Amino acid sequence: MIRDITIGQYYQTKSVIHRLDPRVKLLGTLLFIIALFSYKNPLGYALGIAFMCMVIKLSHVPVKFITKGLKGIMMIMCITVVINLFLTAGTPLISFWKITITYEGLAMAVTMIIRLILLIMGSSIVTLTTTPNNLTDGLEKGLGFMKVFHVPVGDVAMMMSIALRFIPILLEETDRIMKAQLARGADFENGNLVKRAKALVPVLVPLFVSAFRRAGDLAMAMEARCYRGGDGRTKMKPLVYKKRDAVAYIILFAFMVLSIFLGRWSVITGFFNNIYLNILK
Amino acid sequence: MDIVKADNLVFEYIRRDDEGNPVDVTTALDHVNIDVKQGEFVGILGHNGSGKSTFAKHLNAILYPTEGTVIVDGMNTTDESRVWDVRSTAGMVFQNPDNQIIGQVVEEDVGFGPENLGVPTAEIWSRVEESLRAVGMLEFRYKSPGKLSGGQKQRVSIAGVLAMHPKCIILDEPTAMLDPSGRKEVVRAIRGLNDVEKMTVILITHYMDEVVHADRIFVMDKGRVVMHGTPREIFSQVEQLESLRLDVPGPTRIAWELKKKGIPLPDGILTCEELVKEIQKCR
Amino acid sequence: MPLILDHVCQVYNADTEMSVRALDDVSLIIPEGQFIGVIGHTGSGKSTLIQHLNGLILPTSGSVYYNGQDITDKDFDRKELRKHVGLVFQYPEHQLFETDVFTDVCFGPKNIGMSKKEAELAAFDALRKVGFPDDLYYASVFELSGGQKRRAAVAGVLAMKPDFLILDEPTAGLDPVGRYEILDMVSELHRTAGITIILVSHSMEDVAMYVERVIVMDKGRVAYDDVPREVFSHSEELEKMGLSIPEPSKIARQLIKAGLNVDPGVLTSGEAADSIYKALMYR
Repeated sequence: MIRDITIGQYYQTKSVIHRLDPRVKLLGTLLFIIALFSYKNPLGYALGIAFMCMVIKLSHVPVKFITKGLKGIMMIMCITVVINLFLTAGTPLISFWKITITYEGLAMAVTMIIRLILLIMGSSIVTLTTTPNNLTDGLEKGLGFMKVFHVPVGDVAMMMSIALRFIPILLEETDRIMKAQLARGADFENGNLVKRAKALVPVLVPLFVSAFRRAGDLAMAMEARCYRGGDGRTKMKPLVYKKRDAVAYIILFAFMVLSIFLGRWSVITGFFNNIYLNILK
Repeated sequence: MDIVKADNLVFEYIRRDDEGNPVDVTTALDHVNIDVKQGEFVGILGHNGSGKSTFAKHLNAILYPTEGTVIVDGMNTTDESRVWDVRSTAGMVFQNPDNQIIGQVVEEDVGFGPENLGVPTAEIWSRVEESLRAVGMLEFRYKSPGKLSGGQKQRVSIAGVLAMHPKCIILDEPTAMLDPSGRKEVVRAIRGLNDVEKMTVILITHYMDEVVHADRIFVMDKGRVVMHGTPREIFSQVEQLESLRLDVPGPTRIAWELKKKGIPLPDGILTCEELVKEIQKCR
Repeated sequence: MPLILDHVCQVYNADTEMSVRALDDVSLIIPEGQFIGVIGHTGSGKSTLIQHLNGLILPTSGSVYYNGQDITDKDFDRKELRKHVGLVFQYPEHQLFETDVFTDVCFGPKNIGMSKKEAELAAFDALRKVGFPDDLYYASVFELSGGQKRRAAVAGVLAMKPDFLILDEPTAGLDPVGRYEILDMVSELHRTAGITIILVSHSMEDVAMYVERVIVMDKGRVAYDDVPREVFSHSEELEKMGLSIPEPSKIARQLIKAGLNVDPGVLTSGEAADSIYKALMYR
């Protein structure tokens, strides 16, 4: 299950999307999500899907890899569909036993599914095409203005990148400790929930102890290498906007204008509402 | 000129109970006098808990003396305004390779120190390159540290310190967690630094064979310097080393056992080659 | 009952580009009562090998038999197997989790169904056998020295009263005296308690001095399986595998080349000194 979630994984290949400045990608995702939730008619969603397809095509990431990420949220999608389908009031479409499915419910369920899928695909594509380090750099630089409000952006970014670096090490350590306790006769598979939770104590305690020891060691090593917070640091790989980033910003801008025009313009929305009302009759 | 000078250095750990009252005091360093000259290779030996790591942490202003002084390149380590100068002058490599690599790519990790010092971007790149070359890790620059062997990780850590352009590099048991081939490659890299780059090296270890080529050796026990001299002088005193829970290099031990049996061998044989040569003389 | 590995293969990440053959057609018989050393450099498959012996890893192909039963069978009780085959991992002190040493040592025995009383007796017995200091039975794990922690961790497995005890690099990170103390303790367990010991190490010296049979792993295969003298006579091949022969053997070999009549099979410095002495005296 955890393996299916593609958010946070990096897919190594060469593409324009990979080379884009992380700030472009982060802002792009944000705008895309805003656009997604502002559409009022099917044409808007069509535009969103088209944009998504274009980005995926450009990214050279196999579609299979991106859709794999959707498996992880299957459960959430199902719940969303059920709730919307059965609990939305309106004109009945089918009704059996005590359950009624309405036209409004159906429309709502379809909308929510499209939104969710696009949302997940949109954020997956960022992490799939950006190394964690690059992403952190992008956040640090992109949120740089927050320093005015005394938010230690640099330190937070450093914390993120260290956390990312230590995840594989701690996973490996968990595996090792679990095996060591298995060798001492521990049992993680049988018994009820309480028993299984209890069985994890011999794993979690050493894991925490080790994590703290590592944190202490690392802090000392960082101090020894003169780390003293975000200010006054220079960058080995500073983020510099290139021409392609400018182009990307223009495309994003065009996408947003189109989104507002097509997805929210009253004439188009009214047109679709009319069709909808005709179906209802 | 002395690059590092510890003068009557005393360090006490004070253990406190829950209310903050001192319970007991452990003297980790007891009037330690150690001096290291520019360009020297100095070995500090001692069993676990002899105070050698505590001493190392004083050179890097991670710990401060309870009594006495530590001078690094003319700077007193207790001078708070010079802390970062002390740390960039006396670079430090620690025991566990996994807990000191910060970057997710080898070259980015090596660049971490210079970044912190505010070195301009173009110079960071040249420093990273020369440092990785000095430890023979240039071809691994784009790799993820997780994919490297223990010995390679330690060499990256050494490069990370070199990139800060220190005058002296302190290695606190850098090989304790490595396998024999990893140990060999790290020791070779360290010797290269001293021979080729003329870097001052302070190597803290409990493996005797790693310091046979050192200029001078200090042996620590219970927070004190108990022996001090050239490797030859130190390793000729097999019995005393044993009483300090230390070993001697293999060839030295064989020579010592032969001497006990009455074979006239000179004192302080350190390497296989020397031993073979001397034994042939006895025929 | 012997442990038998029959054509065991272990492939990690099969069918992908990163496919690794960790074990390649390994067949071994481990009878009760032996003291075996397993050596090989990092990545030679020795850690994978020992995890097959108590069913923590199941072979990709081939079988492991214990007590006449195939441990890969679905209905085989692997928890029962782990009672008989104890495995102490590298840096075992990292698995300690209880508030005090004694409770921690009781963890294993309780897991395999001993009553509280039985578990406590087993824990006392195990702590005594590993030479753990009496006054520290109820000390917190954090108050112990490195060597003491390791003893406590070994006791944690020993208290389950296994017939086989596998130790993965039990001396890693310890100073010379700490190393000998742990190895002496293990050797004592073999001699007095009659436990079959499998000692995994990359230190040739350790293996040479203690074991009666050496298994050398290289690239997932068993390269040698013989008595130490025989195995170490293949010095050139061993060095190609990234392993080095014990220093005394190396010196003996060089002396033989120089024309001295020294026994090529010496393993310890004592033996080497004796043999060289004889060669010099009775020519």
